[in-house]
Amino acid sequence: MSYRYTAGAHTYQFADLKCVLAKATPARSGDYLAGVAAETYAERMAARMCLATIPLKRFLEELIIPYETDEVTRLIVDTHDKQAFAEISHLTVGDFRDWLLSDIADSATLKRVAPGITPEMAAAVCKLMRNQDLILVAKKCHVITAFRNTIGLPGHISVRLQPNHPTDDPRGIAASMLDGLLYGSGDAVIGINPATDSLPALMDLYYLVDEVINQYNIPTQSCILTHVTNQIQLIEKGAPLDLVFQSIAGTEKANKSFGIDIALLKEAQSAALSLNRGTVGNNVMYFETGQGSVLSANANFGVDQQTCEARAYAIARHLSPLLTNTVVGFIGPEYLYDGKQIIRAGLEDHFCGKLLGVPLGCDVCYTNHAEADQDDMDTLMTLLATAGLTFIMGIPGSDDIMLNYQTTSFHDALYLRKVLGLKAAPEFELWLKKMNIMDEHGQMKAVKSGHSMLQNMPRNLLSAA
Amino acid sequence: MTKKPDSMLPETPEVSDSLTTDAFSIDPWVQLKKFTQARIALGRVGSSLPTKEVLDFGLAHAMARDAVHLALDVDALDAGIQSQGFNTLRVHSRAPDRASYLLRPDWGRSLNEDGLNVLEDYKKQQVEIAEPIDFLIVVGDGLSSLAVSRHVQHLLEELRNVLPEEWKLGPVVIASQARVAISDEIGQALGARMVAMLIGERPGLSSPDSLGLYLTYSPKRGGSDADRNCISNVRPEGLHYAAAAKKLMWLAKEASRLKVSGVALKDESDMQEISQQVSLS
Repeated sequence: MSYRYTAGAHTYQFADLKCVLAKATPARSGDYLAGVAAETYAERMAARMCLATIPLKRFLEELIIPYETDEVTRLIVDTHDKQAFAEISHLTVGDFRDWLLSDIADSATLKRVAPGITPEMAAAVCKLMRNQDLILVAKKCHVITAFRNTIGLPGHISVRLQPNHPTDDPRGIAASMLDGLLYGSGDAVIGINPATDSLPALMDLYYLVDEVINQYNIPTQSCILTHVTNQIQLIEKGAPLDLVFQSIAGTEKANKSFGIDIALLKEAQSAALSLNRGTVGNNVMYFETGQGSVLSANANFGVDQQTCEARAYAIARHLSPLLTNTVVGFIGPEYLYDGKQIIRAGLEDHFCGKLLGVPLGCDVCYTNHAEADQDDMDTLMTLLATAGLTFIMGIPGSDDIMLNYQTTSFHDALYLRKVLGLKAAPEFELWLKKMNIMDEHGQMKAVKSGHSMLQNMPRNLLSAA
Repeated sequence: MTKKPDSMLPETPEVSDSLTTDAFSIDPWVQLKKFTQARIALGRVGSSLPTKEVLDFGLAHAMARDAVHLALDVDALDAGIQSQGFNTLRVHSRAPDRASYLLRPDWGRSLNEDGLNVLEDYKKQQVEIAEPIDFLIVVGDGLSSLAVSRHVQHLLEELRNVLPEEWKLGPVVIASQARVAISDEIGQALGARMVAMLIGERPGLSSPDSLGLYLTYSPKRGGSDADRNCISNVRPEGLHYAAAAKKLMWLAKEASRLKVSGVALKDESDMQEISQQVSLS
């Protein structure tokens, strides 16, 4: 179905719903690359005005990617909760924005309605919202998950400790882990991006992190970010695996380019659940996403990158993850050109994820070929933490020496906790206090050379230090 | 004040001293720095980064930014590779310059018309010999020409030592303004059974010169990441040339045996070594 809208003296035509969505999107390089962006400022506003008049119901009738050819669309349609939707089914996209901002939409209501919201509805309303709207509504959405600690409680922000090393040197990894733990990071997950694909080398990494967690008795979980098929094989070989990682995207074709489908993810989830390693919960999945990944796989079918991204959250939601991470600035300037575009995208992703009921964290990051710097990251992390972000990354000094990009640091996490009065996951905070890293008021203590964690270092460090 | 091994601040003691204040709290695990180039044990002022670290980081970022825009010296590289005894061809992607390369990855993934002609002409000349290429090497500037100019020739030397004698090598194709997938098109155009792409990875703060290797069996235009095996961070401070060459060759032999690459081909090179050691003992 085509859409038209008259703004001023000009009537704008839009071929279909996905065209309205794309043209209503704030300007970004990826949508220009895809050839779906608005051609003028006025056309963009006309598309937004048009979008505001479209009923939410329309998104259930006009599917932007066909049901027959895309399993993500099938998942969205087949799992749509009509009863939850009933409460908002009379609204247009514009009304939906007003409703979300109103006091009627409190935390309990938003949680109840979430299964009735499709990714396309979330993406649509997002395009009508200013940054402050995205922050305000996301803050009302509470998504709480658990494995060995509790993630996502209001007033808390967690940190994924990311102790990467370019050659997976166990001593290098352990050194970064210790650095992070002594800075109070690591409650979301200790998650390594390995340089290797080799199964025996991956197995060693599982044992390394497991040893550190056991040695210091840390209420947290580990993850090795390798392909899901590797993880399934390693579970079979007896790996001490806590969380299953996989990158996911919003179309079947994009996921195929990652070598996955939904059935494979479910298989991995069952395998991880069978290990029964959680203590306070059993959310065993850790997903990563990011605007632009679908287009980069040439699998966007004319859909804008922000809507594609929101569709990935439908997969995440279906598999009850502990954590989902939008790696917002990693993909490069051809998708998000500069600090302004990265900041906007980070807020959009967090809003859409939380609205849909997904525990969204954000890898607040940029690469050296993007027009961005540390100041942009400071802005985005502060806005996201204000919006109730579930977790950020923690990397020594913001410099990931394995993946070659800049993300947030252990210092950044301390900054956010200090400025916004946020806390670590409760079980982890208790541990920090017990380990003499944090005082009873939640302030970081000065770690002395005689500290018990430095005296009892993991085998890998002890033998070499 | 201890100097960071990778510190890029000028070694002027007066300057360093003036940046040190009592507010600085030192982390007592500085000895762990010897295990990693990661920025650990930076210390803190309150909970924030000390001035010296903020400035060090800023300089590293400035250098990485500059590295992205440094053009590959194709003449020098071509001459160097030829002097090693390899034949070479030069091609260019559809991205005419760096600015368009950064905004249009699709242009970087395909050859411009001249490039296609170069490969076609070569193919025509080879018709009489008619022996298909088993292993084709493509070198691309990617996002760090520094990685290519520093490491490619060393890696080629190591590869020569481990390549099976019976495999027919094609010419080394040097591709400018190239992304990984351009190797699919090049491999297909030359009818290669396998293609290995040696390409500059996006520069990191501590590694402006990291080389990535991508292996594809039966390369075809439109192939995806799932069809390739990747070995990353090849450089002296990362994965050494000899180890990288050995790994790539293990993958290539397995790809050749199984007639597949990518997610269907697991890198078990270390496992195999272990099982060999066990069976030998």
